Amino acid sequence: MSDATLHAPAVSADTPSRRPPITVVGPVAWARASLFSSWLSTAVTLALAYLLARWIIGFVDWAFINAIWSVPVNAQGAQTQACRALQGAGACWAVITEKHRFILFGTYPYDEHWRPLVCVFLFIGLYIVSAMRRFWRKELALIWAGVLFLIGFLMWGGALGMPYVPQERWGGLVITLILSTFGIAFAFPLAVLVALGRRSRMPAIKMLCVVYVELIRGVPLISLLFMASVMFPLFLPEGMNIDKLLRAQVAIILFAAAYLAEVVRGGLQALSRGQYEAADALGLSYWQKTLFIILPQALRLVIPPLVNTFIGMFKDTSLVLIIGIFDLLTAGKTAIVEPAWQGFGIEVYVFVGIIYFIFCFAMSRYSQGLERGLNQHRVR
Amino acid sequence: MSVTTETAVASAARTDAPPAILLDKVNKWYGAMHVLRDINLSVAEGERVVVCGPSGSGKSTMIRCINRLEQHQEGRIIVDGIELNDDMRNLDAIRREVGMVFQSFNLFPHLTVLENCTLAPIWVRRTPKKEAEEQAMEYLRRVKIPEQALKYPGQLSGGQQQRVAIARALCMKPKIMLFDEPTSALDPEMIKEVLDTMVMLADTGMTMICVTHEMGFAQQVADRVVFMDRGEVVESGTPSQVFNDPKTDRLKMFLSQILRGH
Repeated sequence: MSDATLHAPAVSADTPSRRPPITVVGPVAWARASLFSSWLSTAVTLALAYLLARWIIGFVDWAFINAIWSVPVNAQGAQTQACRALQGAGACWAVITEKHRFILFGTYPYDEHWRPLVCVFLFIGLYIVSAMRRFWRKELALIWAGVLFLIGFLMWGGALGMPYVPQERWGGLVITLILSTFGIAFAFPLAVLVALGRRSRMPAIKMLCVVYVELIRGVPLISLLFMASVMFPLFLPEGMNIDKLLRAQVAIILFAAAYLAEVVRGGLQALSRGQYEAADALGLSYWQKTLFIILPQALRLVIPPLVNTFIGMFKDTSLVLIIGIFDLLTAGKTAIVEPAWQGFGIEVYVFVGIIYFIFCFAMSRYSQGLERGLNQHRVR
Repeated sequence: MSVTTETAVASAARTDAPPAILLDKVNKWYGAMHVLRDINLSVAEGERVVVCGPSGSGKSTMIRCINRLEQHQEGRIIVDGIELNDDMRNLDAIRREVGMVFQSFNLFPHLTVLENCTLAPIWVRRTPKKEAEEQAMEYLRRVKIPEQALKYPGQLSGGQQQRVAIARALCMKPKIMLFDEPTSALDPEMIKEVLDTMVMLADTGMTMICVTHEMGFAQQVADRVVFMDRGEVVESGTPSQVFNDPKTDRLKMFLSQILRGH
């Protein structure tokens, strides 16, 4: 580009401002500058475009053109010969058609699948309501309590003509949502307290928080889950039993809180000392200062790493498979254990992956909007 | 201003009223560094004291000790009849009565100008929100920026921000105001607007301690000028005594440097 285009033209009252020439802005200019600026760049662009096109064509062939969407089912089970005959040239989406209810709801009694389905929609509704800032008030806590109670009621049942379903039979997407929703809802406040505690002037509190964070961060989530599921019950008095899902949930909360605490602490440290001093000088108490001045600023600063941790945590809930809890991914893996469906893992993993992606991508997009919305005071 | 008439009446009733601020042999160390040495200072109600001195002389540290943003290690500090010690209730009581203005403004950037001014009255003084807002608007009018009430601090100029900071402190209806180099971070053309606000405040009879290098301001409003150097109060007296008739070489040198700078 020539030097002249870098300088904005001086607009005076006499000369009407014109649109810049097409070689300066717009897609043509972008392509020229980014893709074809030199011979080497042009060659790389063309080579990559070729590979991309080949891959896309192959994928479309596999996923759509050669794909089989359903197979006949008779008394011996699903007849998957047609899928096997493809030998990988096309996707066998029939496995999803057949097994999607198992993947989504696990071993929950088939006739009662509407209950976890309603729960999934309740969760999604809860997320949407919580995401809207006009609902950010005290009543939201009541809504949460109410909805979570309703979800528990629907899942267990045992009243209003709904048969009782023990927790061992719950599974699929709803387990993933339960673990991550409760995980975030409890881990986040705990993390804030730990982060504040780590900066406390009281040595005992500070020590406690440091030990907690370092201890939990130092072990893998898997070993925590193992401890929760195998070791913890050994130390309980005879006859006392705490629900396995609850134990896993507590392990996830403790694990996530340790990571989140460090993220929050980063935000606390980014604030200038002047903010603390101004709040002190006005006579605000510790909690007033923390709630009105420090946390609102600190948390806004760390929205990107916070959401990063949330997304990681959402996916980490899949590790509960090692202690035999049927989350979405475990249900997917189990669906293809049946001999007729063995070998169709890719389709199932793509399906499960798309579900995970939808939730994670929604979180990511929401956080970007939130960052813009909450940081308007920084825009001049 | 009703507060000042009240305090004026109160001080008239008690002829030998105790000083608003009393520093008695105050010492402070940063590690091994002795930053305040036997500071004695008594400020009467309604008195305006300007503290000056070269940088590192301990003048900021001294006024920050008065509302315990810094802790002194020896001696006594008594503010408004209450001694500063480890009792948190005393500290809270003192901070309610002492307003402070900082060199770097320290406004809360995530709150609007109005919210900056109403937060402490609502939560510390338990003023009803509506009343706190009316009162904040009154002070914003007095510092001549009521039209900025709904903006965020980041949208204002430095001088405007500092005036908001003054209004914010005044909204707590303090008996004493501390100014820690309030104009040092400002561009020259904005210094005047902040100094004008401080002069206006001085005219209401507020007890003030200002750390500043603005000699014109000191001449105009100070009842007393205190010169500090290396953690000590070296000289103190009326502005004309201190500026026109310095007794010590340290003050003479400081004045010559200040004058050369201007």
